Amino acid sequence: MAVLLLLPAAIVIFGIIVYPLLRTLWTSFFAVDSPFPGRYPFVGLGNYRRTFSNSEFWLATRRTAYFTGVSTLAELILGILVGLLMNVQFRGRWLLRSLVVLPWALPTIVNATMWRWIFNPEYGALNALLTQLHLLPQYRSWLGSPFLALNMVIVADVWKNTPLAAFLFLAGLQSIPRDLFEAARVDGAGPIRSFFSITLPLLTTTVLVILVVRTIEAFKVFDIIYVMTRGGPANGTQTVAYYAYLQAFSNQLFGYGAAIAYVIALFILALALVYVRLLRTEVEI
Amino acid sequence: MATIARREQLRPRATARAPRFNSGRRRRLAYWVFIYAAAVLVGAIILAPFVWLLISSVAAPTDLLARPLRWVPEHISFSRYRSIFHGGQSSTADTFRASLVNSAIVAGSSVVVSLSVGIFGAYAFSRLRFRGRRATLLLMLSTYMLPPIAIVVPLYLILVQLHLLDTRLGLILVYCSFITPFVLWIMSNYFRSIPRELEDAARVDGCTRMGALFRVILPLARPGILATALFGFLLAWDEFLYALIFTSSTHAKTVPVAIAEFTGRFTVDFGMIATGGVLAAVPPLIIAFVFQRYIVGGLSAGAIK
Amino acid sequence: MTGEGSLVSSRLTRREFLKVGGATAGLAVLAACGGGGGGTASSGGGGGGSGTINALFMQQAAYSVDDIKGMTKAFQQANPKIKVNTTFVAYEALHDKIVAAAPAGTYDVVLMDVIWPAEFGSKHEVMDVTDRYPASWKTEIFPGALETAEYNGRFYGVPWILDTKYFFYNKDMLQKAGVQPPTTWDEVVSAAKSLKSKGVVQYPLIWSWAQAEAVICDYAQLLGAFGGKFLDDAGKPMFNTGGGLRALQFMKQTLDDKITNPASTESLEEDVRKIFSQGQAAMALNWTYMFSLANDPKESKVSGQVVVAHTPSGSAGAPGCNGSMALCIAAGSKNQGAAWKYIEYLTSQKVQTQYAKLSLPIWTSSYGDPAVVNTLPEVVAVAKTQLNDMILRPQIPSYNQASQILQASIQKALTGATSPEQALDDAASQVAKL
Repeated sequence: MAVLLLLPAAIVIFGIIVYPLLRTLWTSFFAVDSPFPGRYPFVGLGNYRRTFSNSEFWLATRRTAYFTGVSTLAELILGILVGLLMNVQFRGRWLLRSLVVLPWALPTIVNATMWRWIFNPEYGALNALLTQLHLLPQYRSWLGSPFLALNMVIVADVWKNTPLAAFLFLAGLQSIPRDLFEAARVDGAGPIRSFFSITLPLLTTTVLVILVVRTIEAFKVFDIIYVMTRGGPANGTQTVAYYAYLQAFSNQLFGYGAAIAYVIALFILALALVYVRLLRTEVEI
Repeated sequence: MATIARREQLRPRATARAPRFNSGRRRRLAYWVFIYAAAVLVGAIILAPFVWLLISSVAAPTDLLARPLRWVPEHISFSRYRSIFHGGQSSTADTFRASLVNSAIVAGSSVVVSLSVGIFGAYAFSRLRFRGRRATLLLMLSTYMLPPIAIVVPLYLILVQLHLLDTRLGLILVYCSFITPFVLWIMSNYFRSIPRELEDAARVDGCTRMGALFRVILPLARPGILATALFGFLLAWDEFLYALIFTSSTHAKTVPVAIAEFTGRFTVDFGMIATGGVLAAVPPLIIAFVFQRYIVGGLSAGAIK
Repeated sequence: MTGEGSLVSSRLTRREFLKVGGATAGLAVLAACGGGGGGTASSGGGGGGSGTINALFMQQAAYSVDDIKGMTKAFQQANPKIKVNTTFVAYEALHDKIVAAAPAGTYDVVLMDVIWPAEFGSKHEVMDVTDRYPASWKTEIFPGALETAEYNGRFYGVPWILDTKYFFYNKDMLQKAGVQPPTTWDEVVSAAKSLKSKGVVQYPLIWSWAQAEAVICDYAQLLGAFGGKFLDDAGKPMFNTGGGLRALQFMKQTLDDKITNPASTESLEEDVRKIFSQGQAAMALNWTYMFSLANDPKESKVSGQVVVAHTPSGSAGAPGCNGSMALCIAAGSKNQGAAWKYIEYLTSQKVQTQYAKLSLPIWTSSYGDPAVVNTLPEVVAVAKTQLNDMILRPQIPSYNQASQILQASIQKALTGATSPEQALDDAASQVAKL
């Protein structure tokens, strides 16, 4: 019975990509430097060793870890706040709920270009706004120094992705039975207390889902870097997936790029398992 | 109609409107002021960049470069929108219109397919016990964990051999492969949170497992399904790398690729990109707006007891 | 609930193992049989030139999509047996598409950037067409243009779109400060200092030093002007000494002296154009395209004040960066005869002259032709000499990697993270390992 139910999904998921998946894995064991099939020197785990011993790779990993950590945390916190807000019944709630989808509906390409333009040191809207509000003495550069640029990319990413967290939290909040709150109120618990002892624990599932999904997405982050900063300045926003792209496509080192990609997948898998362990909930992975 | 009746049975109406804070009219007022202020703030933060996008799409190029920046541009013109809708003179605009259609078809179909197979699979993961359940779920989810860059080149070759390069069907097949694991996982967790007793009750009444799935679980899981559908749609709508490499003509070019082409080798026509962006955000927005009315309701465990 | 959290220890059951194992075996067989696609460079018909060919171009190249479609239509009318399907992609996608398509033979004709012949040629992703070149071409085409598609003495394509970086200055601003238009880099610096101290403009110079190929173009021009070389005759890096070092020190110095706009380190060519066009810079290096836009009142506040000139010279010369593009026959093409005919047509003198307004011809004799000169007289006047004096970025198969290393190092020096000497030495040692 289970097989029957899972078969369609398995076909859809693996049908077209299982060959590329295996082929890429195979490629990662050879020193492949062009897209053509053919004879290439076998290097066994050489590409993987090269990955782990490459300082550029570890720098990229550190940046990606920072990016993932900060953006996921921000999305969690902001997401639950917005989710709570959307859960309250007030007039015009439908408007807020519709608006919240906006950042998410905007394609990443547009989002990245838009923020790049907003952060422009000469003409950007952010500079204009801050100087006109007298919060800033003069126009400044936002994407010009490596660490600041990384943080600005995080801003753009969080703006776009918080709606997902908010909606997932909304769905989670909707399924919490109201009588629990009633009971707490009767027992004298204030809103903060009931939030931390009732709401949050019951939302653990949602938190985990968001953590896993956003971690996967953030670790794989590519599109926004590609359009907003192309890895600069001074490699400051070169994440690990962008690094893999550079090796595989720009440098045509397909074997090495394949190894990096699989290493990334392993990292993500490890992270996901860590989350599940830590949160020990009903959620299955 | 039967399902609605059943839902009413399960959900008590009594406590629907209890506000969180308690006691005192003044307290209540402060509460509502806070809520509305927060809503306005959130709305503003969300809208601000988007409004800027709108402004940029109707501003002349020199207005965007003004210092100090004027928030209402001096020369407002809808020529960019006109060129996209009337086309003819500019093939860029034609391409963009075609890409809107392509994206809608590709994203819509991908979601429909992924949801269909995903719901069955999710049921299996959440309700059936079988050996290797966890491993299978992990395996399926792990395809979602691999960066697309890993498999682009071999995938390209496969599409060529299947004559699916630069076709919508090719893109749909590829997109389903990463949307489905995601659907599977989210839906299986969602199903698990629905108490078995409801389903058991139905089966005691004579339903088969599948019947119970359709008549009991799915209606209750509607918010989750819709949210997942929306998410899947946006995943597909947004996808860039595969679309960039696998499409080349208006047969299958999607919106992100078309927008990326507003950037020349050196030139960046931000006004045009903004126009494209505004238009590209509309279909998901409409869908979300329609759905947000349905992402309501939920379970009430009290009903079971 | 026992196993709930302990996924790390969950092993694949035998059933799972067999499933996956069987699938792998099956696909290994598939891979062995058919997975390869187009195959290697030697395939593809030579032939008389008929059939359907697919051509890959760039969006918003010097020629617009409609221009290229026009050329193609005329070609098809003259060659009724050949049909051409044109595809246009963004510049960033061009390289990746050529690479992905190579084994599959999706395209017959592709447009290639000047920095790719070494990479594509050595990996046999584009065809060696040296033997197709009529002897006359080697003298009739601009020597600077010929280099565009050359690698190791062989030609891998035909130059088509010529471009180099010119020196632009705002004549009104220079007049206001009472400085003469500079012709050497030292004069540029002193002019800039004058402009700044007299309050004409806060940052007289603007460059495209963002972490992208753009910074290498500017660096290359300075390196050439100061007599440096990227690689020595043995192919080892020597940009960290002599002219190469001087170039980076020059760049950093102008930042330190505050005559270069600090936004330069995140600016690309388009940002340079915009800042210049808004009257916030007095002098800049940029490609041909900037001239018309900077003089267009709809796009620029300084129209009518913009002068285009030859690149300033350093101690060793005044080369411009070669930013041209060439048309090539893709390796997997099954219709190489037809592809070559198409390329011949597009690059012919007749067609190039017809569209000279958009991109200057590759043919030396065209520059005396009034039809060409009158399209953009100011630019043509400078182009005649500048296009003959261009510097190439290193033609090595691993150029992309070298460029990435150099871009990051230059940025580190410009942002002050390391000294120019240190940055270039680091880059040189990394490039040497490639």
